[in-house]
Amino acid sequence: MAKQVIKVEHLEKYYQKDHILHDINFSIDQGEVVALLGPSGSGKSTLIRCLNGLEPYQNGTVSFNGDQVVPTEKNWQKLRQKIGMVFQSYDLFPNLTVLDNILLGPVKVQKQSRETAKAAAEKLLDQVGLREYENVYPRQLSGGQKQRIAIVRALALNPELMLFDEVTASLDPEMVRGVLNIISKLAQDSDMTMIVVTHEMNFAQQIADRVLFLEDGKILEQTKGDQFFKQPQTDRAKEFLESMDF
Amino acid sequence: MAHSGINVLFEGRNLIRLFGGLWTTVEIAAVALVLGLILGVILGVLRTFPNRLLRLVLRLYLEFFRIVPTVVLLFLFYYILPKQLGVNLPANQVATLVFALWTAAEMSDIVRGALISVPKHQRESGMAIGLNRLQLYRYVLIPQAVSLELPATINLVTRVIKTTSLLMLISVMDVINVGQQVVEANNQKYPTGVFWVYGIIFVMYFAIDYPLSWWAKRMDKKRLERANG
Repeated sequence: MAKQVIKVEHLEKYYQKDHILHDINFSIDQGEVVALLGPSGSGKSTLIRCLNGLEPYQNGTVSFNGDQVVPTEKNWQKLRQKIGMVFQSYDLFPNLTVLDNILLGPVKVQKQSRETAKAAAEKLLDQVGLREYENVYPRQLSGGQKQRIAIVRALALNPELMLFDEVTASLDPEMVRGVLNIISKLAQDSDMTMIVVTHEMNFAQQIADRVLFLEDGKILEQTKGDQFFKQPQTDRAKEFLESMDF
Repeated sequence: MAHSGINVLFEGRNLIRLFGGLWTTVEIAAVALVLGLILGVILGVLRTFPNRLLRLVLRLYLEFFRIVPTVVLLFLFYYILPKQLGVNLPANQVATLVFALWTAAEMSDIVRGALISVPKHQRESGMAIGLNRLQLYRYVLIPQAVSLELPATINLVTRVIKTTSLLMLISVMDVINVGQQVVEANNQKYPTGVFWVYGIIFVMYFAIDYPLSWWAKRMDKKRLERANG
């Protein structure tokens, strides 16, 4: 049986009085790709942000590699090296070159030597076809290029789990494919464990081993990927898929 | 033209004394600015921390120095502190201290404003690659804040330099004070001397402050060009 990378039990999240996440339970094995789907405002992004401590939660537990996380800022800060995250708004640091953006984590956080980290970073840049941009500043890149660099920046820390939070939502349609291809390749070639929040149904179908369908902060169903898209178990999920023109 | 007022400047050691006064002014302003800007950056960073008590204390500090007029601050430190606390400092040091504390207060607000206007996503992206708070400020937030705050900082510097003209009130021998003495001593011989003395003081202040404000304006323009480029 594969190793369990992350496990969430009875997670509850409130913003003041608003109950955002209700009793969330799931676990993900190593190498598994899980798509988090659901209508806007269903709590997908909030949930994924709870998994690396960017959002505090009020109840329940998150366990990483079998160890329950004691949710202090310091513990999360250490764990974030193992849990890479890429955001919708591809925030590269504008004051640093592409290469320095990528090296910041490995060199300053993980204390790797700059040479070692640089060699690894250049290899990753090659894989996303942006090697020749290593010395430019983010403002000279297109949105799609920035997002690819943001993915490389997260991968440079050698994470065991990758979180993708609507990474193509603010991209020009032409740029979407390139970014999605990189994520698909990552899923296939490197056996990376991933949680993907997305509105791209074709993409989700293509890569998801399993789908968590969320609505109003509750997990309505957990279904194997191929089955979810052919035969969702709940009417709500069926409705959702139809509304997505899928 | 034998009694042309401009000659007041060349009478005796007048010109050298005026430059000496200017040097005192510049020295006090420079030391106060260096200390104040460093302290201000530290206080500004602290003011973005979540600790409420710390923020309240620093806020009160800022408001005190912002609201109380500089003249009052100078008198307060010069006359009241020695009496009540028994701290006796020479006028130059009192002046430097007051200006440093004032600069720090104003600077803390500039730094805080710049730091909180760095987009929230930048902070989160930094946290997501495992940076601790110190590293986050050092590599991500402060470098971005600097380009936002630089023009305001230079404006503060010009303001501080200008305000040193109040130092004569606590009998610091700054350029204004020297100027006044020169005027009074030569009033009989050069009735129009006052015009020339204050004229040259004007030129002195202008020569220091104008390049700074030109630089600030240029940098702001460049920053906007970069941001919209």
